[in-house]
Amino acid sequence: MKNKRTELKVSAIRNGTVIDHIPSDVVYQVFGILSLDETSNQVYLGTNLDSKKLGKKGIIKISGKYFKDDEINKVSLVAPNATLIEIKDYEVSRKEKVQLPEIVNKIVKCINPKCVTNNQNVPTSFQVKQDHKGNMKLFCKYCEKTIGKQNIEFI
Amino acid sequence: MINLKGRSLVSITDYNKEEILRILDIAEEFEVNQRQNILNGHVIGSLFFEPSTRTRLSFESAVQYLGGSIIGFASPDVSSVTKGESLKDTILTVSNYSDLIVMRNPLDGSARYASEVSPVPILNAGDGANQHPTQCLLDLYSIRKTQGSLDNIHIAMVGDLKYGRTVHSLVQALSLFGATFHFVSPDSLKMPSSVKTWVKNANLEYYQYNDFMEVMPIADILYMTRIQGERFPDPLEYEKVKNAYILENSMLENTKDNLKVLHPLPRVNEITEDVDDNPKAYYFQQARNGVFVRQALIAAILGLK
Repeated sequence: MKNKRTELKVSAIRNGTVIDHIPSDVVYQVFGILSLDETSNQVYLGTNLDSKKLGKKGIIKISGKYFKDDEINKVSLVAPNATLIEIKDYEVSRKEKVQLPEIVNKIVKCINPKCVTNNQNVPTSFQVKQDHKGNMKLFCKYCEKTIGKQNIEFI
Repeated sequence: MINLKGRSLVSITDYNKEEILRILDIAEEFEVNQRQNILNGHVIGSLFFEPSTRTRLSFESAVQYLGGSIIGFASPDVSSVTKGESLKDTILTVSNYSDLIVMRNPLDGSARYASEVSPVPILNAGDGANQHPTQCLLDLYSIRKTQGSLDNIHIAMVGDLKYGRTVHSLVQALSLFGATFHFVSPDSLKMPSSVKTWVKNANLEYYQYNDFMEVMPIADILYMTRIQGERFPDPLEYEKVKNAYILENSMLENTKDNLKVLHPLPRVNEITEDVDDNPKAYYFQQARNGVFVRQALIAAILGLK
């Protein structure tokens, strides 16, 4: 018996970028990380879509725009299993999992209220590290405090 | 060839093992021959955005023993900071008037930031609760001087291991030399896991204790710190532990002959005064060593040694 297609179809884009497998609860964070509120390109956003992998997932499609690796990799801070898909003339030209960046600048707030970045006009900068259990941590370049994933707050 | 000329010192981890040893060797030269007029014509900026006795005075002493001049302030009340000047502007201004800036600032990470914006090297004299690398180097100097070497010592650290920045830096630095660590503290002030991970990653051993006396026969160095009442959310909890980590002279019986007691000072009551006359007490000499180490750093960073 043929499977009946039940998922919501978001319209295909001719050229641009699709970010798939975003956990539904962080779709708007991803939107913010990529500064999509500032773009004039067409953006499609879907959330609470059915997913075999995640149960519910979100998806974002941005028409006519490709991202640099260091921009797109920031998404991995909140959605480590997201998939980046680039579309050229309706065909998939690139498909891969997002990668954790080595450095995260300007987008995450330091958790330490006494950090210089929270008291002077200093942009934040973190090294991305993993602890011995493999959990992702952000290490503040300035105050040397470590932030766990659960405490990441975007600026 | 180890060359530290022009390099800021913000965090003890900015230096590798050879660079640390180089500073200690130069400090040893200054201990033998302290008055050397090599800083003649040099100006050191000294910016203390919060009060300090030992660190500020020992830096001033170090500069003057070397024949240099020092400018700056001992409290932000007398500077443009009170007018709302940013740290960046203060640093850029003072860098016009000096060859090197010594800075203490209450904000964590302020020294790293200053080192990024400053055209002259920054020597961190304490950035909030974060780093105090010159204290760490004088601790290392004191350990090497009293033990003959930094290699494979047993160090017991006692008191507030959670918030005490000096013990965190010292663990990082001694991890380069193969130490064994004995951490003695109340449960609420245990060494943070990030520091213990550092020890593990260096393939070294650490042990944790509540009972002070357990470490006494083992230690080569007893590094005392102050337990501050304000660290405890519950005053009753503080009352329970405040007297458990006080060193008295009688407790130094049956300890190793080479044991020395160190303390970053100021002390309040965690070492009773009867310990001061015991030859194992080393904390005032330790403070004196700070001058030699700071002379060494200034000379090395200005390329004069």
